Amino acid sequence: MSVATKTDKIQRLAELAAVKETSTGASLWREAFRRLKRSKMAVIGAIVIGLFIVLAIVGPYIAPFSPTAQTWRNEVFANRGEFVGMRSENWFGLDHLGRDMFSRMLVGARQTLLVGVVATMIGLIIGFVIGGLSGAFATLGGDTGRRIDSVIMRFIDMMLAMPSLLLAVSIAAVMGQSLTTVMIAVGVVQIPVFARLLRGSMLAQGSADYVLAAKSLGVRKRRIVLSQIIPNSLSPVIVQATLSLATAIIEAAALSYLGLGNPDPAIPEWGVMLTQAQRFFDNAPMMAVYPAVGIIITALGFTLLGEAMREALDPKLRG
Amino acid sequence: MSLLELDGVKVHFPIKKGVLFDRTVGHVYAVDGISLKVEAGQTYGLVGESGCGKTTLGRSVLRLVDITEGSVVLDGTDLAKLPSEEMRRFRRRLQMVFQDPLGSLNPRQNIESILSEGMVAHGIGKDQEERREKIKSILDKVGLPSNALARYPHEFSGGQRQRIGIARALVLEPDVIICDEPVSALDVSVQAQVINLLEELQEELGLTYLVIAHDLAVVRHISDTIGVMYLGSLVEEAPSDALYAEPKHPYTKALMSAVPVPDPEVEDRRERILLIGDLPSPANPPSGCRFHTRCPWAQAERCGTERPELRDVGGGHRVACHYTEEIAAGTLKRTTGEVVPATREGVEDVPPTLPEQAEKAEAAVGKAEQAAKAVRADEVRATDEAEKSPDAGTTEKATAGTAKTDTEKADHVGKADVEKADKAEKADEAG
Repeated sequence: MSVATKTDKIQRLAELAAVKETSTGASLWREAFRRLKRSKMAVIGAIVIGLFIVLAIVGPYIAPFSPTAQTWRNEVFANRGEFVGMRSENWFGLDHLGRDMFSRMLVGARQTLLVGVVATMIGLIIGFVIGGLSGAFATLGGDTGRRIDSVIMRFIDMMLAMPSLLLAVSIAAVMGQSLTTVMIAVGVVQIPVFARLLRGSMLAQGSADYVLAAKSLGVRKRRIVLSQIIPNSLSPVIVQATLSLATAIIEAAALSYLGLGNPDPAIPEWGVMLTQAQRFFDNAPMMAVYPAVGIIITALGFTLLGEAMREALDPKLRG
Repeated sequence: MSLLELDGVKVHFPIKKGVLFDRTVGHVYAVDGISLKVEAGQTYGLVGESGCGKTTLGRSVLRLVDITEGSVVLDGTDLAKLPSEEMRRFRRRLQMVFQDPLGSLNPRQNIESILSEGMVAHGIGKDQEERREKIKSILDKVGLPSNALARYPHEFSGGQRQRIGIARALVLEPDVIICDEPVSALDVSVQAQVINLLEELQEELGLTYLVIAHDLAVVRHISDTIGVMYLGSLVEEAPSDALYAEPKHPYTKALMSAVPVPDPEVEDRRERILLIGDLPSPANPPSGCRFHTRCPWAQAERCGTERPELRDVGGGHRVACHYTEEIAAGTLKRTTGEVVPATREGVEDVPPTLPEQAEKAEAAVGKAEQAAKAVRADEVRATDEAEKSPDAGTTEKATAGTAKTDTEKADHVGKADVEKADKAEKADEAG
């Protein structure tokens, strides 16, 4: 081996070492993301969700027909059980009022996504605040704090004790029929889940040594909660949020199905479409299949991503 | 005056029960009246078995647990009475190094962030730039490269993590550092590195340490003064060398006798004191001397009723025992407990194959028979007493162990004899 190649090798090694010197460390979030990218489940879930989001954004612009115009009302006779299925003009056929199903599916994606996201956000934010306060009081508040925590938790237990659909129906019944109501109803149902999850996670972290270390350093309590406990308690909450996006869409559909959703049947939403299709299921089953399959695929996408995230964020699997 | 003085410190944890309203049904007497002094620039070692309250004591000094009674005076300020905000600011002078190096570092913060946390809390350094400079110099002191700043705790080895823990304590320039089992989670080779680092830092920065450990060798190496804890109180306190040269309290004697001596000849002649029973529950400590339930020298009168105070027996050696002098003079007889030779049980030193040893072997057979009888008797006794005292098993096991060796020896000899007899018979037949 010549001297030149040897010096080359040494040079390369030195360069490598230099790169390592300046490289930043791998934070747990970054590592989790790397693991997520490697998971097939996560990739499939992300693609499905991505398509869904794209559809929700551009759907109304690429829809071939108006979702509300009863263009072909003379060809559909719901009373007599005469429907129009797939044809070259209308890919998914027509609904009972002679509207183009394909256009309605495209436009309805936006409403469906909106319901899922907004409802989950409502549950997440309120649940996060309640659970975070409760967890902070329980871990660092001393005896008084623990008492406050137990009062908050009894309140949350009361919410959990009610069947979620019943609670959502009651809220929707009190607030009247509208899409906002559906979002709030579905969101409120999620509050206790998020609150309990965050509190439990914070309690577990609160007894960790690094919290004790922060205390012994003289770090203020508020900062201990915000910079030490909460960042370490987030993973299960993030996973739950992803998973509950799927359930929120399904629950919103259920509420719409029960007739508590959007009072204006003209605006397409997958859940509402499913409800409407029910009456004609014998003669036009495909009218129910399209929105149902849409909901299932979307929910599946969120569930896949959520499950993959649970695995990626699990500290026990940390390599 | 000493830098850190603990006077009658008690930490009692209430045991709570109840469905709706918590009722206090008792207390765990984790730390029950400890007084000790730590001199500036010195190291005070605290040893004791697990559950004796040494960690709780360390935490109570930092007020990480509430002090039920007593005072912790650092440089003239009683920490036990400080309001919480003042205590928070005072923590700058009193830092802690934890047992679990990984668990005590926030996994989501990088090293720079972990080390600046304390400085931010105490307003040290104008901006992050200034703090970073300081962190770099501390990292250099504890032997970590400065490119560690952007890394996260899980990217380091155990020893490096403990160095980070030490650096975290050092950035605040404390007077006293409490090391709670600083090396027990580390490999032996790394233990030495970390201990040496602690010593170097002490020399360089004039630090005062309170080292809590259960490893007697570690404590001996690092400490100037050693306190031995048993069930929430100090039983003995002495300068390091004096304690190891002549332990005076029966508990310390037993503790020291458990340490093997590297010299095989000394090791063979050494005696071990086996304590009977387990550590009593700190929720229900024994009356009088805390140790009298397990003490080999326990006496019928005073020990069970009167709690001995730590008293000076000369040379800064303080012992909490009524009968220290008598035990030292050998005038007091052991009442319970077992003293066994420290030779490794179950190991046969010299196999009895040489003819000269036949007699010895015969004697061994007789002994083995006796031992076997004893074992049988023990077994009967054990079944009787199993419920009464689960601890008696240990001693019996020990006896059974020696008995077994003897029986094995006997077997060996027996075989040799049979072989001889066979040969003789064959010889007869041939003849």
